[in-house]
Amino acid sequence: MSDYAIRATEVSKVFVNHVERATSFKERIIRRRALTQDFYALRDISLEIERGGTVGLIGANGAGKSTLLKVLAGILRPSQGSVKTRGRIASLLELGAGFNGELTGRENVYLNASLLGMSRRETDRVFDSIVNFAELEEFIDNPVKHYSSGMYVRLGFAVAVHVDPDVLLVDEVLAVGDEHFARKCLDKIAQFQDDGRTILFVSHGLDVVERICSRGVVLDHGRVVYDGDPYFATGELRKILGTDVPVEIEDEETDEGVSFGPIVFADASGRPASLFRTGDPMTIRVPASISARWRAAIERVRAVVMGVGDIPIWEMVAERADLPSDQSDWLLTFTVPSCPPIRGRFVLGVSLMTASDQPIAAIRSRHAFEVKADPGAGILSVDYHVSAQPSAGASAIPAASTTEGEDTRAPATSKVGR
Amino acid sequence: MDVAATVRVHERARAQGRVRWELLVGIVRKDLKIKYQGSALGFVWSLVNPLVLLAVYTFVFQIVLRAGIPKFGFFLLSALLPWTFLSGSVTFATDAVVGNAGLVRKVPFPLSVLPMTAVGFNLTHFGLQMLVLLAAMLVTGFTSFLGVQVLLAIPAIAVAIILTVGLSYLVAALNVRYRDTKHLVEIVLMAGFWACPIVYSVSQISDKGPFVRWPWLVDAYYLNPMAGVSVSMQRALYGAGHTYGAPPTPVLPDPGYLFYVEKLAVGAIPSLLILALGLYVYHRMSADFAEEL
Repeated sequence: MSDYAIRATEVSKVFVNHVERATSFKERIIRRRALTQDFYALRDISLEIERGGTVGLIGANGAGKSTLLKVLAGILRPSQGSVKTRGRIASLLELGAGFNGELTGRENVYLNASLLGMSRRETDRVFDSIVNFAELEEFIDNPVKHYSSGMYVRLGFAVAVHVDPDVLLVDEVLAVGDEHFARKCLDKIAQFQDDGRTILFVSHGLDVVERICSRGVVLDHGRVVYDGDPYFATGELRKILGTDVPVEIEDEETDEGVSFGPIVFADASGRPASLFRTGDPMTIRVPASISARWRAAIERVRAVVMGVGDIPIWEMVAERADLPSDQSDWLLTFTVPSCPPIRGRFVLGVSLMTASDQPIAAIRSRHAFEVKADPGAGILSVDYHVSAQPSAGASAIPAASTTEGEDTRAPATSKVGR
Repeated sequence: MDVAATVRVHERARAQGRVRWELLVGIVRKDLKIKYQGSALGFVWSLVNPLVLLAVYTFVFQIVLRAGIPKFGFFLLSALLPWTFLSGSVTFATDAVVGNAGLVRKVPFPLSVLPMTAVGFNLTHFGLQMLVLLAAMLVTGFTSFLGVQVLLAIPAIAVAIILTVGLSYLVAALNVRYRDTKHLVEIVLMAGFWACPIVYSVSQISDKGPFVRWPWLVDAYYLNPMAGVSVSMQRALYGAGHTYGAPPTPVLPDPGYLFYVEKLAVGAIPSLLILALGLYVYHRMSADFAEEL
């Protein structure tokens, strides 16, 4: 038996769109059959969330994230498959869900906590802490209908994290609070991680997912398309969203007599790809069409891989001897047997150069590709060794105030000169 | 994970999925608070409704129709209060799920608490109204309920609660899919009111027309659980000693107790069936509430 907090087995959720469903007894009697259209919000999702994991659930709008969260929370019944959960679940599916505007903050805290399974005595114990966390000391006895949306979400989040949940399900609600509160929430989440609680949250803030999650799950059209390393998960999602493309592009540029086709980055099997790991082989294809007049002038082709701010990272050059000078349609292929240990998002610039190193024509790739190394800070993965030994003790370190001649091991320079 | 932690986790999960007393009380308190918010008189309003009914029916039946039942007010309220409890609960329950759509769609909690809150809300009022009625009886020197007979109220109220809970679950679930349930409920409740001996006494009808020609109709009459509840409450609070007309006819059908216990038992059967049906339907339909709302 593995130690899971949530286990979904082949879960599908079909929303039956009742085009003409009887919504009253009267209609039910008149028209017995209803027209329906099925919509699969989730398809065959099998997901096991380990105890103590922090999982980011990401996907485009309408990918089924919220539906999945509701199914896991037990609000929606899966059409097929089963969901098992262990422990107390606190969910924050919508800002201030479960609050009643007429009641005061205090009353809502008690009501909300009791909905989440807390007894009155348990709530009494954490009440001050909730109010303190939400920073609502002055307003706790005001009706919540007078609260701002930030106050709403603060109180909702404060209750959810204080009911001592084993599993916390959070939909994209943290975006409402200001930065101060967002940081507080992240601190609380970090504390939950230390306590070994399970967190599943939906977010459009991909950097947050990369930063705090131990795992990323990407949903697309109701299916899990990626499940694993959060860095790769966000990369997959950017691919789906098409945001791996740099904003300014110049492509298929046509000068007189020179035109380029789209630049393609391909993986080992030759399929276009935008995500590579350090060590993966990569093939770059640059189709070009060059008239006879220009062919004679071209001395070399320079391809430069550029990072953020068009910083050149590495250069690849094809010399005149490598070029098919008697043909007008070229397909230049650069093969990189192993991507270098550098993290980042890169584009390719290709220029045709004359013998005097003047560019004749240039193109920039429409798509960017991304190279991922193991998660870590910095753009480079560097091999290094660490060694640590116990130091010789404080006395080994000369202090400026060391009295003359007392410590013979002090470097000679320490008291000399000046 | 050690065993103690496993047990703890399991129990906490169970506590979350179960209808707990504190949750029920919490929601009922919320409903009460919202209903009486900003009203200086608060609970007094809940007493106004039966008082107005008392005035209207007393006027119609004692003055206009000269029905002649002595102490008509006490006779009426004895059975009217449990009926108001039932009709109030069922009306309130119709909206229990639909009216809490925000909760049902966003917060996982035991949904079966919702119809119970309607019952709890009205049971609170029922209790208060009963206290006022008993106090009024004592103050006016109408003390015939003091004695063993008042114990009959216990099984009577029990049957009323069983039926009320069953109906509440049923209508709360049906209203989610069929939004005209509340119109149906209104009609059925209105018919139900007149099918119970509340503003009239059983003895006024049992010697008339169809009830004489087809004696089984009397038995069928008591299949309505609230008919048994009504006469039993009258026996418990109003008492069997009153007569009307000339020659004097007893207001209540039987001076003993067994008759009433028997009628309550007859009424308990359909009540339990409705309770089972209501729970079944609610349980079946509740899994899809979040989707249908």
